[in-house]
Amino acid sequence: MHNSTFFVAAVAVAAAVFGISTYIGNDYIYFAGYVVLQYIVLATAWNILGGYCGYVNFGSAAFFALGAYSAVFVHKFYPLPIPALIVIGGIVSGIIGFGMGYLTLRLRGVFFAIATLAFAVVLQTLIINWDYVGGSRGAYIIRPSDFPGLGSYIEYLYLIMLALAVIAVTTARVIERSRLGYGFAAIRDDELAAEAAGVPTLRLKLLATSISGALMGMAGAPFPYYIGYVEPASTFGLAYAVNSIAMPMIGGTTTWIGPLIGAILLGTLQQIATVTISSVVNLLLVGVLLVAFVIIAPNGIVGLVQERLRARGK
Amino acid sequence: MSISYDLWINAVIAGMLLGGFYAAVTSGISISFGILDIVNIAHPAFIILGSYIAYIVNTRLGYDPILTSIVVLPAFYVLGAAVYQVYYVSFEKRGQEALRGLAFFFGLLFITEVALILVFGVDYRYVEAPYIGPSLHLGIADFPLRMLIPCLFSLAMFSALQIFLSRTFMGRAIMAVAQDQEALRLMAIDPVRIKRVAFGISIATASMAGAFLIIIQPVEPSIGREYIGRVFAICVLGGMGSLPGTLIAAMLLGIVESFTSTFYGPSWAPAVAFGFLLLTLAFRPSGILGR
Amino acid sequence: MANALLVIENLSKRFGGFVALEEVNLSVTRGERLGLIGPNGSGKSTLVNCICGTLTNESGTVQFDGQQMDGLPAHQRTRVGLARSFQLPRPFPSLTLLDNLRIPLLYTVQARSGLLRSSGDVDTRCAELLQLVGLDGKANRWPGDLTQVEMRKLELARAIAAEPKLLIADEAMAGLSHTEIEDILKLLARLNEQGITIILIEHIMRAVMSFSQRLVVLVSGRKIADGPPDQVVRDPEVERAYLGQ
Repeated sequence: MHNSTFFVAAVAVAAAVFGISTYIGNDYIYFAGYVVLQYIVLATAWNILGGYCGYVNFGSAAFFALGAYSAVFVHKFYPLPIPALIVIGGIVSGIIGFGMGYLTLRLRGVFFAIATLAFAVVLQTLIINWDYVGGSRGAYIIRPSDFPGLGSYIEYLYLIMLALAVIAVTTARVIERSRLGYGFAAIRDDELAAEAAGVPTLRLKLLATSISGALMGMAGAPFPYYIGYVEPASTFGLAYAVNSIAMPMIGGTTTWIGPLIGAILLGTLQQIATVTISSVVNLLLVGVLLVAFVIIAPNGIVGLVQERLRARGK
Repeated sequence: MSISYDLWINAVIAGMLLGGFYAAVTSGISISFGILDIVNIAHPAFIILGSYIAYIVNTRLGYDPILTSIVVLPAFYVLGAAVYQVYYVSFEKRGQEALRGLAFFFGLLFITEVALILVFGVDYRYVEAPYIGPSLHLGIADFPLRMLIPCLFSLAMFSALQIFLSRTFMGRAIMAVAQDQEALRLMAIDPVRIKRVAFGISIATASMAGAFLIIIQPVEPSIGREYIGRVFAICVLGGMGSLPGTLIAAMLLGIVESFTSTFYGPSWAPAVAFGFLLLTLAFRPSGILGR
Repeated sequence: MANALLVIENLSKRFGGFVALEEVNLSVTRGERLGLIGPNGSGKSTLVNCICGTLTNESGTVQFDGQQMDGLPAHQRTRVGLARSFQLPRPFPSLTLLDNLRIPLLYTVQARSGLLRSSGDVDTRCAELLQLVGLDGKANRWPGDLTQVEMRKLELARAIAAEPKLLIADEAMAGLSHTEIEDILKLLARLNEQGITIILIEHIMRAVMSFSQRLVVLVSGRKIADGPPDQVVRDPEVERAYLGQ
């Protein structure tokens, strides 16, 4: 399928999803759907670096929080419309992603992973000590009750996150089929051989950390309006970090559809489990699923399906 | 002037005591990551597990946390050997340790933390022992026993490890496993067995480090994450797997953090380790003692 | 020297205290077929790595096609026309054979000349290359399905795909049968006729002797002989290095 055809199809699917949601017309659908969509963006963003290039980012929560706190900062300074905040959040996180990559990517890949882990802790320390954005007490953002022309404000946020999901998934798919995608795959498989085949590995890795970071920041920018009150402990919650790794790993990391499947499955499951059991238990479930999948089905659900198809083809 | 002089002296002492403790915390990572090349980011979670075991035994039975940690050393060793076996069969053997091995350890870190939250909640827990509270005074210098005792035991454990690695046959085999697996095979030594033993030892150190940690400060399940930056910063700065290098790096970080706490406030201390780590990675990836 | 494609001057490389290469001087003429031999650990692969930018040499210079190579990363050297095969094949295991060849086509040929714009052109070229090394029919298989011999052919095909001016074949024939060696030699000869300069690093003397116009011998990181093959093999110093002191 051609890229533009794919984009049109993705928009059509998104429109259908939005249509169904408005037909149901229940605000809970928007609240729960927003979270699932947000995970689609995070998982897809993580996968561009982690799945395509093979570089593990443990700091998804930090990039997400960068987007959220950029929005808080700008909002206190001068309230801008959310799409503008998304762009700002994306730029900030993208730049930080580039900087992290620049400092660590010339070394072995694990150093990047370790640096991202430490980075999350430190960014949180910085935010806790920064009173302007609320420090450890947190900051309130007063969300308008409705959005002109749409109805409730949460419906507007839901629509925005839906659009972001379309952008993220399309970006991933465009990359996958392009020269860039092949370069990423070569880096994942064997960096030395990739260099010998003419792939500028460092430049490509920096591009991947920037794109991935930017998308995570974009997912975080509307968050303060969704939650109404941001404080460091929840914004940097380990749930974001573990979900954005677990979802692609469970769905399958080599193609755009893997994180999408993983995010829809795990995201929905967690929304249900949070209501019916407890949020801590469902996080434990995600952890156990992650470990089980990397051991038993290393290529995720997509990998299982592909194996089944290949076996049938023979 | 004299007040600031006191402050300086005591910041250095506190830093060195802290550094001694950090050396114990990092020794496990120096073995697993530095020598075996296994990126065990779940190590701090095992340390927290050690803290909670010391806590349970201390509150229920009133036993000393350090004594408890020594008694449960074998259990931690077995746990470590088991984790390595799973890791080896699932990832190392298949050559997938990079991406999926990391995810595996991250999953372990996460599961341990969430399980502890489920059982104990997010409240801070602490232990009671006669040496928590009093201080030793030497002139203007203060040695809080709460810091001094863990530091001394930590140095003892550290020395024992160093002697084990450099003097015993098994220790030398562990040092060799990183360099030349082929040579070990030729000597009819199974490198997988050596690595299993070494990994077991690295997790066993977490038992003691956990007890030290809960003596030094109250512990809650997610505190382990703060230590990830610290232990890897120290391990890398110490030159990856060199125990003497690790000790120097641990002291250095301890002193710098102590100064940060004293002069800027304790809420900034976690950022120091990260700065350390990033600067090390960017400018001195071979560590302080490296070439 | 005006017609020299590759000029190496006073190249040295150290690993810690170990001297891997010492003051190596070598010049390769355009269109030449050069054989490079030496005992194991003599520094042949280190030399290749220094030429291709995989390792950085401490001192000395590498000049290729009139351009200074020093400080250039490996991928840029590949783009200006320096291609190599690895001694131990390093395929991209998650990509099909077709896609393995697509990487150098996209990142060298397309990036350099703007040729092969459409994906159809790239596919055709990949198929041609697979046919050239006799791997057609396996285009949609993965490297994991290949035998060691086929893996070496893939390695060679990937180096050729970059359309190099100089091709360094690092032990491309180890473990191959007589006829397979003949096949590869024919392939290399054909590439050479098309104007590609070739450095052949090989242990199989018969292959090296029949292929090379000139032979260079490395021993313990030093060049000890350089000249017509039949003269070089009679050199007493070379004999001593090979037959042991």
